[in-house]
Amino acid sequence: MFRFVLRRLLQMVLAFFGTTLIVYALMFAGQGDPIQALAGERPVTPAQRAYLTEKFHLDRTGVGGFFYRYFDYLRNLLQGDLGQSLTGRSIGDILAAAWPVTVKLAVIAMAVTILFGVTAGVLAGIRRASLFDNATLVLTLLVLGIPTIVLAPLAQYLLGVRWPLFPPTAGADPDLYALLLPGIVLGSLSLATALRLTRTSVAENLRADYVRTARSKGLVRRRIIGVHVLRNSLIPVITFLGVELGNLMSGAIITEGVFNIPGVGFNLFRGIRTEDGPLVVGIVSVLVVVYLVANLVVDVLYAVLDPRIRYE
Amino acid sequence: MTESVVRPTPASPTPPGGHLLEVRDLHVEFRTGEGVAKVINGVSYHLDPGETLAVLGESGSGKSVTAQAIMGILDTPPAVIRSGQIRYRGRDLLTLPEEQRRQVRGKEIAIIFQDALSALNPVFPVGWQIGETLRHRDGMSRADARRRTVELMDLVRIPGAAGRLGDHPHQFSGGMRQRVMIAMALALNPKVLIADEPTTALDVTVQAQIMDLLADLRRDLDMAMILITHDLGVVAGVADRIAVMYAGRIVEHADVRALYRAPAHPYTKGLLASIPRLDVRGRELSTIRGLPPNLMRIPTGCPFHPRCPYARQVCVDVVPDDLVLADGRTSACHFAQEVHDDRAR
Repeated sequence: MFRFVLRRLLQMVLAFFGTTLIVYALMFAGQGDPIQALAGERPVTPAQRAYLTEKFHLDRTGVGGFFYRYFDYLRNLLQGDLGQSLTGRSIGDILAAAWPVTVKLAVIAMAVTILFGVTAGVLAGIRRASLFDNATLVLTLLVLGIPTIVLAPLAQYLLGVRWPLFPPTAGADPDLYALLLPGIVLGSLSLATALRLTRTSVAENLRADYVRTARSKGLVRRRIIGVHVLRNSLIPVITFLGVELGNLMSGAIITEGVFNIPGVGFNLFRGIRTEDGPLVVGIVSVLVVVYLVANLVVDVLYAVLDPRIRYE
Repeated sequence: MTESVVRPTPASPTPPGGHLLEVRDLHVEFRTGEGVAKVINGVSYHLDPGETLAVLGESGSGKSVTAQAIMGILDTPPAVIRSGQIRYRGRDLLTLPEEQRRQVRGKEIAIIFQDALSALNPVFPVGWQIGETLRHRDGMSRADARRRTVELMDLVRIPGAAGRLGDHPHQFSGGMRQRVMIAMALALNPKVLIADEPTTALDVTVQAQIMDLLADLRRDLDMAMILITHDLGVVAGVADRIAVMYAGRIVEHADVRALYRAPAHPYTKGLLASIPRLDVRGRELSTIRGLPPNLMRIPTGCPFHPRCPYARQVCVDVVPDDLVLADGRTSACHFAQEVHDDRAR
């Protein structure tokens, strides 16, 4: 297990450098005149241009110059300095303000997923082909079929404006209540997937031979399902939830955008729209790390949950 | 096969208090999307204390389904018990309320399954799985259950039992895993042990060890055993009586030695002839022609007639009754006596 984790950590280093390089290249290689982009619509004097060219090492041209700037960026990054956005704010500060909001949103979405998705999935799996099972089947199909870009504004309009049960937008420094509706919208997709996954897994395990053995031992049904079946059925569900939590932590561009939530996804979206290269690369670099760590945790968790899995 | 007369069970008279376990005229169907499969069609057999009954038959002959019906662990649906009785110590298990039925499982009648790897729960240690029965059925404390679990594992001759409590099923060899399964079945001192093809998934050498173990345990713990198998070789040394099943019916029911000496049903005869023997080397192994019937379309008359070398018109038209032969054995064949006397074929 130790060797496995070590190998995965080394792979993570490679993956990290690979992705930052690609994102860095995509963000800056496409730019025509980065200095003009920085200044926006205002004119740039020759003196300013000379200063900025010097400051950003733009005097070095071609592939060599690109890698020079990339490694310069990486050096700062490894020292914990994410640099400044084009608006002059420290990217570290931006992330420090945005992340707690995104985490709150992710926790709400995850709670909704577990509370409703997994519970309903277990019930549907036990009562396969029942009315409840068929109803959840249709509902999840509906949710999976509607893209977030439609679902989010719809929920916002219906539950925020038409029948104002929730604040329609969150705004700066939102409280938990303001994040509830976006959290539910964000969680609905993972909820539907988790429900389906749980249902299938429970239904499958109910037919397993070891269930017949548990029955022949004379155990009560509650124990057979609550201990034997659930412990097995939830293995794939928990690994799914782990990956999903990694996804949610890295922000939700559409949901945060629609509900005006100043989280990571919101800032990332703004960075992309305003061609703020340093901001985008900075956020994505951190997201990559979050994602890689989440995946590693899931793999290790899988081995802990299923004793048959051994990593060498 | 539709008559509801309870057929007499052969080879031993009914003791005054009734048999320990008795299956009477059991009918089970499986209702699936493609139709109704008549899996058990009037099976009757009994078991007395201290006895070993072998139930022999091909896959799909209904031997395991009968066992699961006795345990009350058939999946219903698709299985439906149409009629019959399963009497244990005079009580019909099929009419017992579920809660009382559950009490019988494990404590009175226990079962060992064929493939211990899938029959044991993969995510729990074996010690936990054996102990679970003790803790939740006998109300034992954790410490007592642990002590008793080690005893049970010693009893089934698992070396270093105490050190293996925390191991998971996949960490055991096939033979050791089957021993774990047996230890689990013995946990509550059952009076009847059903062994459902206990050696089918194992190597030949290990098969012999497990059969010896089962025979010893049956004797030492004074249990009665139903041994379900398709392997005639396994049966000879262990069983007292044999019930041969075909297409959900018992076609021959006899004392082991009598049956081996002179089978009274063409199917049994075919099975015995298909055992490889050292003294008839060089001859092609005899086989039973054809395939077992589709249980959704069981042939008219005697279900074995399409494969039977003795078959005549009456076999196509009339379902044979159980004929009781001179020595008390039964055979569901119109020509039982002829088959029995026809030693040459």
